[in-house]
Amino acid sequence: MTRALLSVRNLTRTWDGVHGCRGVSFDLYPGEVLCVVGESGSGKSTLLQALSWQAEPESGSVWYDVDRAGLVDLATLTGAQRRLLARTDWGFVRQHARDGLRMQVSAGANIAERLMAVGQRHYGALREAAAGWLDRMEIDAARLDDAPAAFSGGMQQRLQIARNLVTHPRLVLMDEPTASLDVSVQARLLDLLRQLVTDLRLAAIVVTHDLAVARLLAQRTLVMRGGSVVESGLTDQILDDPQHPYTQLLVSSILQS
Amino acid sequence: MTTPDLMIDVRALHKQFLLHNQGGIRLPVLQAVGFQASAGDCLVLSGPSGAGKSTLLRCLYGNYLASGGSIRVRAADGQWTDLAEADEQQVLALRRGTIAYVSQFLRAIPRVPTLDVVAEPLRQVGEAAGPARERAAALLARLNVPERLWALSPATFSGGEQQRVNIARGFIGGHPILLLDEPTASLDAGNRAVVVDLIREARAAGRCLVGIFHDDAVRDAVATRTLALQAAAPEAAALTA
Repeated sequence: MTRALLSVRNLTRTWDGVHGCRGVSFDLYPGEVLCVVGESGSGKSTLLQALSWQAEPESGSVWYDVDRAGLVDLATLTGAQRRLLARTDWGFVRQHARDGLRMQVSAGANIAERLMAVGQRHYGALREAAAGWLDRMEIDAARLDDAPAAFSGGMQQRLQIARNLVTHPRLVLMDEPTASLDVSVQARLLDLLRQLVTDLRLAAIVVTHDLAVARLLAQRTLVMRGGSVVESGLTDQILDDPQHPYTQLLVSSILQS
Repeated sequence: MTTPDLMIDVRALHKQFLLHNQGGIRLPVLQAVGFQASAGDCLVLSGPSGAGKSTLLRCLYGNYLASGGSIRVRAADGQWTDLAEADEQQVLALRRGTIAYVSQFLRAIPRVPTLDVVAEPLRQVGEAAGPARERAAALLARLNVPERLWALSPATFSGGEQQRVNIARGFIGGHPILLLDEPTASLDAGNRAVVVDLIREARAAGRCLVGIFHDDAVRDAVATRTLALQAAAPEAAALTA
């Protein structure tokens, strides 16, 4: 049995004592995609922020396999250690690409930034790595020196993903990565994500309100409502045999194609 | 009590659906279903529409949760797991190495070539891309899927072509337990015969098959035993030889 990469126990983080996430527990294994679904305000995004320590948890714990030697309680790390982890071993893909990109600097510089943060300085090697990632994300490498502001929304989102994956993180957190994109662009991005997750054995937690995204990407799904997880299980089981009243409502609300 | 090549042992299986948003109505579908199946078996589920044939098959795959009873299956390594009690990682591991499921409809992934769709179960258990694609190609050729289609996503294929892609994907991994939900429903006579041959070979290889077949000729050609299910009545299941 493989070891968990991330273990979340009874995690609580609220913004005003009420809104946020409460008592959330789950394990995530290498190479696994977990979707968190639920309506706006159900605490999905707060959960991502709390488990990545962008918003410090109020109670509960987050354990991560820091040095590939077993799970470590993130509360026992220093702030600097956690920031290093966030820069190298984790990726964070935001809903709006402009929140996750530096819009003023070139696409190449956006990708190279994390590599430079871990000490790579060779200009040629950085350019080469950036061009390789543009190609992988199906963006013409000739656009390496263009600013992201000149890119379409779908390209910006792919650029944001490249910027995160360049250091080969083991865990990627995505907050509604396809929500702001056209349907045609969504399918392409989802397919790219699927390939990357398989090829790189990434573990990912994807927050989405779109159950079709969960069906396509995730082996497992958590359903959140009012800050708590109301149901969790294999994605196909959650969608085909939902148990909780709220999950049944969500599933029955999917438009049939 | 247990025979050495027993693969599936289902006891007192209950499945009911509780529809919270429709007045809390309870739909009992499976009541006290019990059966065993061994290596080399092809157990055919029979019964009228609504008798719970597909529901039973989905319970055997962990796609539906059992409401009561046990569904014990033997993994490739000889370990027994009760699907009614198993956690998510155990079910995922069983699906990788032990239980394959051929559904009626392919859930096609946009942009993934047919050859890779079929090869995926082998890739998941660590086989290299080259040999996995070669075996996928051989199986697709046998199922008369034209080679010019292999590089395309099956999303735009006809129903019969999609079904054959689905069958190839289900058979390729050599899973010891194979669940078949009307695998020949939209196939012509020639391709039905190919599927019958594949099922017989799987039986001969000691795989354990459980399936739903509406085509009588196919059923007679592949079945070793029949499990008759009746619409939601107590003691609904009777095993006939």
